[in-house]
Amino acid sequence: MKRTIYFKNKPVIIGASSIAGPKESEGSIGKFIETTLNDDMYGEETFEKAESKMLFTAIKKATDNAHKKETEIDTIISGDLLNQIIASTFAARNFSSGYLGIYNACATFTEGLTIGATLVDGCYMNNVVCASSSHFSSAERQYRYPLELGCVRPPQSQWTVTGAGACIISTEGSGPKITASTVGRVIDYGVIDANNMGAAMAGAAADTLYTHFVETGLEPDAYDLIISGDLGTLGSRILKDLVWEKGFDIEKQHVDCGELIYNICESEYQGGSGAGCSSVVFCSYIMERLRENKLKKILIMSTGALLSSVSTQQGDSIPGIAHAVSVES
Amino acid sequence: MKTSNDCVNNNYLEYVKSISPKTKQKRSLLRAFWVGGVICLVGQGFRYLFEYGLGMSGDELSSYVSMVMIFLGSFLTGLGVYDRIGKYAGGGSIVPITGFANSVVSPSMEFKTEGYVYGTAAKMFVVAGPIIVFGIASSVLVGILYFIGFRIF
Repeated sequence: MKRTIYFKNKPVIIGASSIAGPKESEGSIGKFIETTLNDDMYGEETFEKAESKMLFTAIKKATDNAHKKETEIDTIISGDLLNQIIASTFAARNFSSGYLGIYNACATFTEGLTIGATLVDGCYMNNVVCASSSHFSSAERQYRYPLELGCVRPPQSQWTVTGAGACIISTEGSGPKITASTVGRVIDYGVIDANNMGAAMAGAAADTLYTHFVETGLEPDAYDLIISGDLGTLGSRILKDLVWEKGFDIEKQHVDCGELIYNICESEYQGGSGAGCSSVVFCSYIMERLRENKLKKILIMSTGALLSSVSTQQGDSIPGIAHAVSVES
Repeated sequence: MKTSNDCVNNNYLEYVKSISPKTKQKRSLLRAFWVGGVICLVGQGFRYLFEYGLGMSGDELSSYVSMVMIFLGSFLTGLGVYDRIGKYAGGGSIVPITGFANSVVSPSMEFKTEGYVYGTAAKMFVVAGPIIVFGIASSVLVGILYFIGFRIF
């Protein structure tokens, strides 16, 4: 069994765009985000519509940044956290391109990159958009409690990122290249606390990372950065411990998008989460650094907690998943 | 097929438990105590006002005080203040009747986007529903016990 794919034709990420809400824009990577919003409703009536519009804007601007016309985009691969991924489908109805809706919770973005890079590398398509989004308020009402309810968040909880990111993968052009991808598997260690998603996802992240190192024969220091999606502070620590146990030390290279996105203050506790977390960080800060050649080779690994509000209420544990994609400048 | 029970890895769960951050108990208790106390003080203030100012007494007095407190809880929820109080005080602002008002008003505000019938009205008791169900059920139980204990014997 092999789970790592190598892309021989090196699909290029020719353009990217990110959009984020007020809280994220004030965070440590805020100045790299292309579109920053003052209002998380984005001029819409509902949070779901706002999320969809954010995704639409990200895809549109990414296409513009890549100097492509809308008609040149073959397919949009996108996903989000809402039931039946409505943010993605409703954003996609504005485009004439094909559409593939995907769901891997917060690991959706690297799942999209893997599928997109495969389609482009096989020369089946020339330009593919990969995107994902999440919205704090729409996720809260679906998974947790009403916004105005006066309840306390436990200290291991995370804060869903309001934002969307999109990038264009193409057969030719200039930009960072996608070289390899390791497909994750679903791993469940029996964590049932829906507030502790970092712990639920860390096992899957460690497995994917370990598999990637073993199958590629690379050591952690082959990468300038190993970026996990939204493990948060606690989950990151567990990941480092688990990988260390298997003989790989990623202490120096590892960063977490969830830890990176906010100036950690008390109300976010462990940091950001959500499908938009890794896509916003990747399509802003990481892309900028790759283009400037300050980062040469990175591994981005979004992590997802595959729970639903129904499975939580029925007492099921939370399986996790993580896909890793290696990108070179 | 694997079930959730087959997946339980106790070593891992214990390890996670050992490094998870703990809730700061003393701080939470202190905050809950003083905020909850202030809410009760406000309620008591209204009680005195209605009792000595307006000459009310008995059931009438307590219903009016409850009504005022429920109004205040709902009003502050509508202004978007009560969730901030709740975040700070925890149980201190959940337990009093103002917290109950908050738990009814907040989902009905949130789900207004789904319409007045299937949104506001249907979702109004999403949070408060269980409290009402178990409150009524336990009051019936206590009533039966009271009847058996004091009327029959």
